[in-house]
Amino acid sequence: MTVIDANRMNEIEARYPEYFHRSFRQRFGGLMILIATLLYSLYAVWFFDLPKLFAEAHWERVGIYLSQWVSYDVQPEFRIEDDGSIDIRYPRFSPLGDNPHPDWLVNNPDGSITVSISGTSRTVTVSKSQTIVTAHGISVPVDVSSGAPKVVGPVPGWMTVYDDNVLADLGFAGNVSISVDRVKIRKRFIGWANFIFDTQSSFFDKPVGEVVGLIVSGPRIKPDQSNLSLAFDDIWNNSEWQHGDVWTKLFQTIVMAFLGTLLGSLTAFPLAFLAARNITPNRLLNQILKRFFDFLRSVDMLIWALFLTRAFGPGPLAGSGAIFLTETGTLGKLYSEGLENIDNKPREGIKSTGAQPVLVQRYGIMPQIVPVIVSQTLYQWESNVRGATIIGAVGAGGIGLKLWEAMRTNANWENVAYMVILILIVVFLFDAASNALRHRLMGTKTH
Amino acid sequence: MTVADTQPHMQSTGDIRTAWERMVARRRFYTILGLVILIAAFVSSVRFADESNAGHFFDRLPHLFDFLSWLIPKDWNDVWRALFDIASVNDKGGEEFNFDKGRVYISGAFYIPEYFELMIVTINVALISTIVAFVFAVPLSFFAARNLTSSWPLRVFTKRLMEFLRAFPEIVIAGLFSAILSIGPVAAIIAITLHTIGALGKLFYEVAENIDMKPHEGMKAVGANWWERVRFAALPQVLPNFTSYALLRLEINVRASTIIGAVGGGGIGEELKLSISRGFGAKTMALVLLLFVTIVAVDQFSAWLRRRLVGEHAFLLQH
Repeated sequence: MTVIDANRMNEIEARYPEYFHRSFRQRFGGLMILIATLLYSLYAVWFFDLPKLFAEAHWERVGIYLSQWVSYDVQPEFRIEDDGSIDIRYPRFSPLGDNPHPDWLVNNPDGSITVSISGTSRTVTVSKSQTIVTAHGISVPVDVSSGAPKVVGPVPGWMTVYDDNVLADLGFAGNVSISVDRVKIRKRFIGWANFIFDTQSSFFDKPVGEVVGLIVSGPRIKPDQSNLSLAFDDIWNNSEWQHGDVWTKLFQTIVMAFLGTLLGSLTAFPLAFLAARNITPNRLLNQILKRFFDFLRSVDMLIWALFLTRAFGPGPLAGSGAIFLTETGTLGKLYSEGLENIDNKPREGIKSTGAQPVLVQRYGIMPQIVPVIVSQTLYQWESNVRGATIIGAVGAGGIGLKLWEAMRTNANWENVAYMVILILIVVFLFDAASNALRHRLMGTKTH
Repeated sequence: MTVADTQPHMQSTGDIRTAWERMVARRRFYTILGLVILIAAFVSSVRFADESNAGHFFDRLPHLFDFLSWLIPKDWNDVWRALFDIASVNDKGGEEFNFDKGRVYISGAFYIPEYFELMIVTINVALISTIVAFVFAVPLSFFAARNLTSSWPLRVFTKRLMEFLRAFPEIVIAGLFSAILSIGPVAAIIAITLHTIGALGKLFYEVAENIDMKPHEGMKAVGANWWERVRFAALPQVLPNFTSYALLRLEINVRASTIIGAVGGGGIGEELKLSISRGFGAKTMALVLLLFVTIVAVDQFSAWLRRRLVGEHAFLLQH
């Protein structure tokens, strides 16, 4: 390795003074911005009281909620009657329907009942005097014959003993709560229950072949309606999943974005010509219109939505109106900037032939600006489909409110997951379609 | 036509002419077809939106400005009083004119008016989520850039991850975290941060893919490793553009934090939603005024800073 001697170093230093003798701002400016950002972050941690908030957060809920996105549970309850028999009850609206006879529940010859929580490795056997919980390779009997449930033998780590009940946590598969006169079991299943037919439907809990058979050639279940249309009605009006409502609301969101962007584009287009300083030489008019666009954008979609829901009542009209007003501002700005960036030579050329002003705009500007306009409008439509979910939550129509309500109850996380998946599909489809269209218009290849 | 008939070599001009006319006719046909489809989609959309709305367009149109009359305060001075939390002379109990309630006392008689405090919360939400997202988006964008990262699985994974973060509905993240962290601005911060990572990451990697690769090659020639190459060859080139995009995003996030505040994230959005739904004229006017002034101020400040960083530059206003 060659080593540079001192003379050579001095020579280099003298040759490039701008790299070796830099001003204070050049040398420490970046560092100071970094320190300021760090100090601000510390301030923000204090301002939002993050340590306390994170310490008090219910992190265990993350797992619970996320598992509810992809699973459902059945909660049978076993009551031990005075005569020693065991009465099984399911909650109302149980995903198993009104007449559940699950095969994971076995009546033993001696009158006890064995529930398989997870195959044969995790089971619960309920009898009159004791409940045996088998999990993690051991069987733990819980004695319920006296005043309080009592664990026989050592208490394993996954069991918690309270005054009047014993709770056994069997992980994702479920849990068991044992008290003297009743045993409550929560058994968790992967998947979405009753996604196609709800428990009220005539097709509920029938195998696929039978349902297809009924629809194709079965006798009419309801005399005045064909089975096909009945099946469709049952799916569309599924009371748990509300497919009809969800899809309508999703479509509302798309329509809101479409109407708002289209109307905004139609309004912004002529205004942009007046706002572009190279086309309309009136400076005052340019400025007024540009500030007007700024106003429409900065008052924001949310505020317009809040005002318009008061005017039109909740629904997609208010949402479309809000997007329309915001988009007039956004597209007006984008179009007028696009117009200001065009090449002026074609206009001059057409002017020199003595053409009318309208014709000058038509043939001198339009061919240049149309691809820009269409591409930006498509982009905004796509981004509004994405953004319109939020204004829906304040009542402006679309899927936002449905999402917000499903989350508010803290129980319908599987419905949230369903809607999120639908939204993601729509957004990705729009993304792909608008990209493809834009690249065809701009004459570039998709990447 | 007559010229073409008499002179044989002009026959080709006639061919060109018919070909051109055919082309024009075809283009015109596609334009008209496109317009017909657009108009049909427009008409049916309007009907669909109108039918599924609570109030119908033409029924409600005469009442369009009714709400303005509810919102316009009887005494315009109340707007200033509401803004600075000064007790109103119109107060007859109830919340409408209860302006001195929400003061935040700093020391002695010195206080921050309620709405200014809410605005500070909202701006802090926007600022911290932009900063945190910037910190995450910069390395991610280098992993996604074709010219800097040669491993395609890593590149594809980062790109898909950023798309996913962009497309995932913010309101769901906000809802999930407000169930975990209790209702408040932090859920909004997390939601906006995740979205911003996706949005900035895309803009950033496009910038990173367009850099001049000569410094990079020079670094490579003297044996610099990946980190050194990114740090000394790529970062100085992209930093002005990155900062400029981050500032643009800050503007958007100030708006986003008011929006997400309205669905339970605290801050000024929630207060605005309450005020409008209760028909409090003076309070609403004060809030809208404060929001408008703040957003214009943030826009102007960030536009000024952007111009200093990268000069005049046509930016897309991307969500």
